[in-house]
Amino acid sequence: MREAMLALLAKEPAHGYELRQRLTQALGPIGEVLSPGQVYITLSRMERAGLVRGDHVPQSAAPDKKVYEVTAEGREHVASWLLDLSWPKVAPVDFHLKLVAAAATGLADPVSLIDAQRRDLLRRLRDVQHLARDASADEDAILILEGTALRLQADIKWLEACERRWTTGRSS
Amino acid sequence: MTSFVLQAKGLSRHYDGDGVRVRAVDSIDLTVEHGEAVSVMGPSGCGKSTLLHLLGGLERPTAGELWLGGQRVDQLSQTGWARLRRRSVGFVFQAFHLVDELSAVENVELPALLVGVGRRQARAKALGLLERLGVANRAGYLPDRLSGGERQRVALARALVNQPLLVLADEPTGNLDSAATAEILRLFAEVHEAGQTLLVVTHDPRVAASADRLLTMRDGSIVEDVRLESGLSRLALLAQVAGWEP
Repeated sequence: MREAMLALLAKEPAHGYELRQRLTQALGPIGEVLSPGQVYITLSRMERAGLVRGDHVPQSAAPDKKVYEVTAEGREHVASWLLDLSWPKVAPVDFHLKLVAAAATGLADPVSLIDAQRRDLLRRLRDVQHLARDASADEDAILILEGTALRLQADIKWLEACERRWTTGRSS
Repeated sequence: MTSFVLQAKGLSRHYDGDGVRVRAVDSIDLTVEHGEAVSVMGPSGCGKSTLLHLLGGLERPTAGELWLGGQRVDQLSQTGWARLRRRSVGFVFQAFHLVDELSAVENVELPALLVGVGRRQARAKALGLLERLGVANRAGYLPDRLSGGERQRVALARALVNQPLLVLADEPTGNLDSAATAEILRLFAEVHEAGQTLLVVTHDPRVAASADRLLTMRDGSIVEDVRLESGLSRLALLAQVAGWEP
C-alpha cells in the first residue's frame, strides 16, 4: 500500500484526499476498506522517512491543504519496489496495485512485470518439485513441499488472469 | 552430427482470410539442443500449438527454415515428412490419440512395425516400454478400458518406441487429474534424465516448471526464452520453502 501510494505520487503530486481517490479507483469496491486515516498516517510516516515532501497550499475558502510530492529518494524506492520479485507475503491486492502503479507512472511495463514474476515463481516451483522427488521417502517433507507447490501453482494461474487484464485491447 | 536437435529460422505460419492476415506463428528463431527439456507457455491463441505442429511437420510453414537433426525439413513433401516423423519425432497429445481397436501393446509397437522393425523385436520393445512406464499389466487392454493416466502412459510409450530425436507434447496433462498428472510428470522427468529431448506446450504450471528452459509466446512470437534452473543449493531451497528467505 505504502509503495503504491508513493508510485501514484511519483506520477503527479496530490493531497491526501486525491490520493485516496486514486487508490480506491485502482481497487474498485476493495478500495472502500481504505480509510482516510490510513492514507494520512502513511503519508506523514513517509514524510518523516524522507520519501515524500509536503507543501502547504493556501486556499481561499478553506484551510490550507497539504500537497505531497515524491522526493528523489522516494522515486528510487518506487523503482526498486516495481522490480522486486519477492513474493511469499505478497497479497493479490498488493501485486495488482504494483501493476496499476507501473502503468500509471510509466516506470515499468505491467506485462513485463507479470512475465518476470511468473518466471520467478516457475523457478521456485521447479525447485520445489525437484526437492519433492529427492525427498520421496519423507512423508512430512512431502506434505510441506506439496503445500508450497500448490500455492505456487495457484499464484502462477492467477498471473495468467493478470496478464489477460493487462493485454486486453493490445492483442490483435 | 550437430548437437542441435532442432533449429528454426524465421519460421512463420500466416493465414489469409477476409482480407486479414493472421500471424499464428510469426518469424520464430529457435534452437533446441540435444537432451534439453523445453516448455512453451502463453495465453490461448498465442500460437504455441501451431508452433508445435510446425516443428513436427503436422502443418507447413508459410516462411522460414527448419532443420531437424541436421536435415533441412521445411521443403519436405508430405510423404517425406511422414517417413521422417515415424523415425524422428514422437508425439504426445492432450486427447491421447490412441487407436481404439488396438490393445495398449499393439498401439505402442505400431510405429516400430511401420519403420520395418521385426514383429518379435517390436513386441519386445513395446513391452519393455510399458514395463518402464508402469503399465505392463495393461498391455492387452483396449484404450477404452484404461484410465486417462494409463492412456497417456501408453501414448508416451508409443512416442518413445522408435527412440526419436525429439518428443513433442501438446498439453499432455490437459485431460488428467492431479494424481495422474504427477505420475506423468515423474515419467517425463525420467525420460528426460535418460537423455530424451522434449518440447512441451502447456498451460499447467507443474509441467512448465519441470523443464530446464521456458519459452513464453504472445501473438505468434517468442517474447521470453529463459533457463529455469535457479542454481540455489539444496539448503537454500529448503530455507526458501520454509519461508526463511535470506
